Amino acid sequence: MAMSTIEIDAQERQELREQIEKVIAEHEVVLFMKGTPEAPACGFSARTVAILQALGKPFAAVDVLVDPRIRQELSALSNWPTIPQLFVRGELVGGCDIATELFESGELAKLLGVEQPTQPPEEQGVGLTQIENRLG
Amino acid sequence: MPKPEEIKARIEAALPGSRVEVEDFTGGGDHFRATVESPAFAGKTVLEQHRMVYEIFGAEIGGPIHALSLKTKPL
Repeated sequence: MAMSTIEIDAQERQELREQIEKVIAEHEVVLFMKGTPEAPACGFSARTVAILQALGKPFAAVDVLVDPRIRQELSALSNWPTIPQLFVRGELVGGCDIATELFESGELAKLLGVEQPTQPPEEQGVGLTQIENRLG
Repeated sequence: MPKPEEIKARIEAALPGSRVEVEDFTGGGDHFRATVESPAFAGKTVLEQHRMVYEIFGAEIGGPIHALSLKTKPL
């Protein structure tokens, strides 16, 4: 028996939302970003990754570019419109601006239970410059 | 695509009594940086403050306003 398109959509969205909630619940630090930590696709995502790497805190990363619905469901869930989104222990900390502010004030290190680094974060180049970085 | 002055005006209208500065930081017309100081932010977390500003623009964020970078503070 064929299900109507609308029903299928709702069911998939619900499954997607549950997956997102699960990721947020199961990892202490989760970054929803554009691209991957090794290859960020946007400057704001790259900066947030660099901050987390400078803090030396392991984190789970979700590439929202894989499926546009991820971003839609995430934003509906978190009530936040932009990417990246950083979650710590199940709660939204914020986007790149807030992560940067909290990093600079030392609050992010405290939140993550790590020491404030003395070295500034190193941002991965976005796009082609990454190849140059690896050779250099 | 909106201009910095328009974005500033909309924030000021939505948050009366606030001090707002908006700049187009790539020159491309869709990446903006705004500093907003408002009495409405008193007692709110930075997260809530940013949300209040984003809500002014609703679905435009990520669309015509590709990026809106924020610095907010209670006034």
